[in-house]
Amino acid sequence: MSTPSVRPLNQRVLLMGTCLCDAFFDDVAKATVEVLEHLGVSVDFPENQTCCSQPAFNSGDWESSRKVARHCAEVFAGEVPVIVPSGSCAAMNRHGNKLQFEEEPNASIDSLAKRTREVIDFIFNDLNIRTWPGKFAQPTRIAFHRSCHSRGTKTGEAVRTLLSSIENAEVVPFGQSEQCCGFGGTFSVTFPHISGQMGTLKLDHMLEIRPDMLVGTDMSCLMHLNGLAQNQGRAIPQFHAIQILRDTLVKPNQSNP
Amino acid sequence: MIGTQPIDLYARKISDEKQGSVLDGSSKGTEKRYEVLHKDYADPDSLRKLAGAIKDHTLHHLGDYLAKAEAALTKRGAKVHFAATAEDARQEILSILRGHGVTQLTKSKSMAAEEIHLNPFLIENGIECLESDLGEFIVQLDNDEPSHIVKPIIHKNRREIARTFQREGIAADYNDDPETITRRARVHLREKYMLAQAGITGANFVCADTGRLTLVTNEGNSRFGMAPAPVHIALVGIEKVIPREQDLSVFLNLLGRSATGQQLTVYTEFINGPKSANQPDGPEHMHVVFMDNGRTDVLASNCREILRCIRCGACQNVCPVYRQASGHAYRSTYGGPVGAVLSPLLFGDRFPELADLPKASSLCGACNEVCPVDIPIPDLLLRLRDKAKREGVHSPAAVPMTPFSALATSPSLWRTAMTMSKAMNHLPIHVAPIKPLQDWLGQRTLPESRGGDFRKWMKTRQSK
Repeated sequence: MSTPSVRPLNQRVLLMGTCLCDAFFDDVAKATVEVLEHLGVSVDFPENQTCCSQPAFNSGDWESSRKVARHCAEVFAGEVPVIVPSGSCAAMNRHGNKLQFEEEPNASIDSLAKRTREVIDFIFNDLNIRTWPGKFAQPTRIAFHRSCHSRGTKTGEAVRTLLSSIENAEVVPFGQSEQCCGFGGTFSVTFPHISGQMGTLKLDHMLEIRPDMLVGTDMSCLMHLNGLAQNQGRAIPQFHAIQILRDTLVKPNQSNP
Repeated sequence: MIGTQPIDLYARKISDEKQGSVLDGSSKGTEKRYEVLHKDYADPDSLRKLAGAIKDHTLHHLGDYLAKAEAALTKRGAKVHFAATAEDARQEILSILRGHGVTQLTKSKSMAAEEIHLNPFLIENGIECLESDLGEFIVQLDNDEPSHIVKPIIHKNRREIARTFQREGIAADYNDDPETITRRARVHLREKYMLAQAGITGANFVCADTGRLTLVTNEGNSRFGMAPAPVHIALVGIEKVIPREQDLSVFLNLLGRSATGQQLTVYTEFINGPKSANQPDGPEHMHVVFMDNGRTDVLASNCREILRCIRCGACQNVCPVYRQASGHAYRSTYGGPVGAVLSPLLFGDRFPELADLPKASSLCGACNEVCPVDIPIPDLLLRLRDKAKREGVHSPAAVPMTPFSALATSPSLWRTAMTMSKAMNHLPIHVAPIKPLQDWLGQRTLPESRGGDFRKWMKTRQSK
């Protein structure tokens, strides 16, 4: 996507690319940059970023995780919003850090918490974009997994509303949508059986509505679900919501997915 | 694929029949709760938060409210006892029973009594003690353990129960029709009620302003137990006190809906004290035993919010780990999310042994979302994980995090590692002797590494 922005905003943001996009899902980070730039936001990517600290935090090794979180807060220091294509990393910055720094208040950690936004939440609520000028070439049924770390946040509604506004898109509800996919980071390693069972059940519910694709806001959940689905011989296309926003955007001379 | 966390191992070995019962029962519980709560309240979340705030306030002034409750109960003619430990509570109850010459009693459902294993203790001491809640009665017949706070036999199906009734001579033949099962239990229990010299109950709430006890049941069994018996003993955790009777309007509206998807349970009893002179029947003697058993330690910890719990079981119903593993996997009276917090704390000396319970969660937060008193259970699970690490408790299958933090605080090392991770695409990792990796790959494919690609792309853009 190399179109100039539709309306230049005097806004600059820092992109937190997430370790998973760094290692596996570069296209999701690209889509985040492209969509934000299309919306007139300029995006900087601090080179020294690594991870939000969540793996160590969830494991209970807070001494290790605080070190990583301090590094993260330093890398993203400043005044501008920190945008992340993951509800889970956003929750770590906004809430998890509060817990692990309860006994040693830290201003840069607090500042990071205030400035962090999950990308779709940012587009919907901060940039106030309520419909998406996108189009699928064919009628497309979407099973949207509102990942657990977006529980109680504005991300779920933002994704549902934006996806539903895309021409030819239908966000189809499925059973027990409040249930976790079973990834849970290190949980999937230390509780392999339960994690696999949970993921299988999640796939059962999502695939029951015969969707054309699964969409989420966390590549961690999707990596787990995709890995299980492939292993079980029922692979299905899976996308981050930001990829859908980019790929359906109606522009001349560009094909749609 | 071999997990070494005890709850994961338990879930692997559970029979399909038991797992099916738990999964089905808990999923239905979640659906009914949602339906009823959202039908009646446009904004149930504000009600949950109000209930949590009332409980929080009470816990901050627990000493005062307990003293008020004690005074009010005494004024009503009840005798109030305080028990610091499980053993104190057992001995106190035994001595009350012996003082009244009781040899036979009925007991309605009480998690506090389960917590101190009151039943086996009384039986050992020569007192016949019959569970009158249908589920608990079946647990007692099977010498089993309850696996859910409000549905103790969620792990059983009606065929198993019919077999138990036949085996134990409750019924002459096998019949798994639910109504027949209930009728048969009723005939058996009615006779026992009439012979009982005491009724033991728990309490859902004790109002500090009036000393009134509130008990909810769906079978009316606690009421039956008290009608013919001259002695009533209520065993109550100290956190069950609420400030005022009017607060019941918040709690009762939430409890039934959260627990069983009922607007109100079939029976809601308000117990004013022992039988008054103008009452035709009811216990002449009423004893209330307030039990601490670790609760003040919990109050002093950074997980005190768990004491808000009103024992509805909604967190168990919605918990995906509980649904797979059952309550029995948690190796203590309280299973599921609430148990994963409460058990390691309440039984302080068992902390190292139960420190794996808080790990049995993907931290999905569904428990907090349904909690009628808004307990931030995932936060408490995390604090307990931190506590276990700080206290050096060994955790099976734990992934060491020191290398991770070293890598994630050194940007140049991190970038190199990202680029090098691409080598994984060409290595036969599916045979690498790394157990967690094999556990993962046993069920899932791993995506192709594209380490560093985004950084490269970003750089070319910026240099344009």
